[in-house]
Amino acid sequence: MLEIKALGHTYADGHRALTGIDLGLERGELVCLVGPSGCGKSTLLRCIAGLQRPTEGTVLLEGQAVERVPDGLAVVFQDYTRSLFPWLSVRDNVALVLRRRGLARAARRAAAEEALEAVGLAAAARKYPWQLSGGMQQRAAIARALAYRPQLLLMDEPFGSVDAQTREDLEDLLLSVRGDHGMTILLVTHDIDESVYVGDRVVVLTGAPGSVHTDLPVRLPSPRDQIGTREDPAFVALRAEVGRAVRRT
Amino acid sequence: MAADRARRMLLGALGVLLVLGALETASRTGLVDTESVPPATEILARAVEMAGDGEFGGHLGATVGAWLTGVLLAVAFAVPAGLILGSVPLLDRASLIVVELLRPIPSVALIPLAILVFAEPARVERSLVCYACLWPILLNTLYGLREVDPLAKETLRSFGFGPLSVLARVSLPSAAPFVLTGVRIALAVGLVVAVSAELRAGGESGLGIYLLATQSGGGRPDLMLAGALWAGVLGLVANGLLVGVERRAFRWRVR
Ligand SMILES: Nc1ncnc2c1ncn2[C@@H]1O[C@H](COP(=O)(O)OP(=O)(O)OP(=O)(O)O)[C@@H](O)[C@H]1O
Ligand SMILES: [Mg+2]
Repeated sequence: MLEIKALGHTYADGHRALTGIDLGLERGELVCLVGPSGCGKSTLLRCIAGLQRPTEGTVLLEGQAVERVPDGLAVVFQDYTRSLFPWLSVRDNVALVLRRRGLARAARRAAAEEALEAVGLAAAARKYPWQLSGGMQQRAAIARALAYRPQLLLMDEPFGSVDAQTREDLEDLLLSVRGDHGMTILLVTHDIDESVYVGDRVVVLTGAPGSVHTDLPVRLPSPRDQIGTREDPAFVALRAEVGRAVRRT
Repeated sequence: MAADRARRMLLGALGVLLVLGALETASRTGLVDTESVPPATEILARAVEMAGDGEFGGHLGATVGAWLTGVLLAVAFAVPAGLILGSVPLLDRASLIVVELLRPIPSVALIPLAILVFAEPARVERSLVCYACLWPILLNTLYGLREVDPLAKETLRSFGFGPLSVLARVSLPSAAPFVLTGVRIALAVGLVVAVSAELRAGGESGLGIYLLATQSGGGRPDLMLAGALWAGVLGLVANGLLVGVERRAFRWRVR
């Protein structure tokens, strides 16, 4: 579905953020991207989203070169606070983007409330983003992206600000929504356990300029289970392997 | 909140009373010439009387009409112009420079030119008010658009919205508080220009015309000051209304 070919990016100030990235995602696949801070993960997502044109290489989506923002895309930005609109209530933040889904007003609201409920924000729907804690804002941004039902979902450290329990709930929510709607997902995370738990594949990037260091398939039984999967010897072995790869970058 | 506001109002009232008391004492004790500065109570009494005077009401209404028409015209021109200019990066820069250059020209300096061009006093007044109000609104709209968070725009863009949707759904609401501040400044400027234009360009009615009339026949400082007081009340009410709108509409800015 998604094909990244020899992608490289050098910023206007001469900083080389990415080099020679080759990466493909099958339809319905969930790929986790890990790598040291500053290695260009966010830059890569921006290039895939068509928000930024890479200085080298191409991004192909369904065989089409990405020149601008493709249809059916949703992004959960790393800087989720700035990506929520402060003049809209949390519910309207979600409902707004559903306009692109051609839903009527009532259907947008209902879908928004359902998505907020799923991330545990039903009670905060009418509040403004700035009235929410960081973790709640992050969940609102996730709810917005999930409610959109994108074909391609890009998530940049989406669970960084929530507590461990909520994080596990959100991981499972992501897996179930993905199962129900067949989304293709690229998820950036710093958490190696998480990358193995949710991913079908884990891609480790090298330090700046980022390039693909390791591309590991995760062969663990589905559906995953927070306790069972994590004690599976295969999980433990994979986690160690990803950990070693990250250390070597 | 409510207690806070009550306290502020109480302090404000106290300040007004103090100033009035000082003025009153100054003229009653002969510190200033009662002929040119009548006691505060007398000015207030005149002002209250004028409220019931239909003729003065007509003058006041004429000024308010020209003033608000001018401001509304300016809003109708400056906001769309600001949105267009502010959305195109190169135009944005160029227009800011032009606006910054034109803005220091005092609008009252253009009264003679406006009289020459428009001749009819009411048109002179309206166009001058409009001209004077264009700048603060345009400038604030341009600055407001510059302050829009690029990530907020990119977010909507990433969900597949086009440039016009981003302008209407992100840039405009985000810049709206700035625009409204511009309108508030414009209202204050517009009132000054409206009365100045009346004083200079003449015409049949308006606060300025009324003031000119009180000048003739020996002059009535009490009426002049009471008239000026009404101009102040107009400005105060307009500002208060807009601050109220700001508080209500832009609650999200108070963090
Ligand atoms: N607009 C920009 N102009 C110049 N350099 C930039 C710009 N944006 C990012 N960079 C640089 O590119 C490099 C990669 O940035 P990026 O945000 O993609 O890293 P990241 O892998 O997402 O890091 P983190 O894990 O900390 O979020 C960094 O060194 C950063 O300083
Ligand atoms: Mg990043």
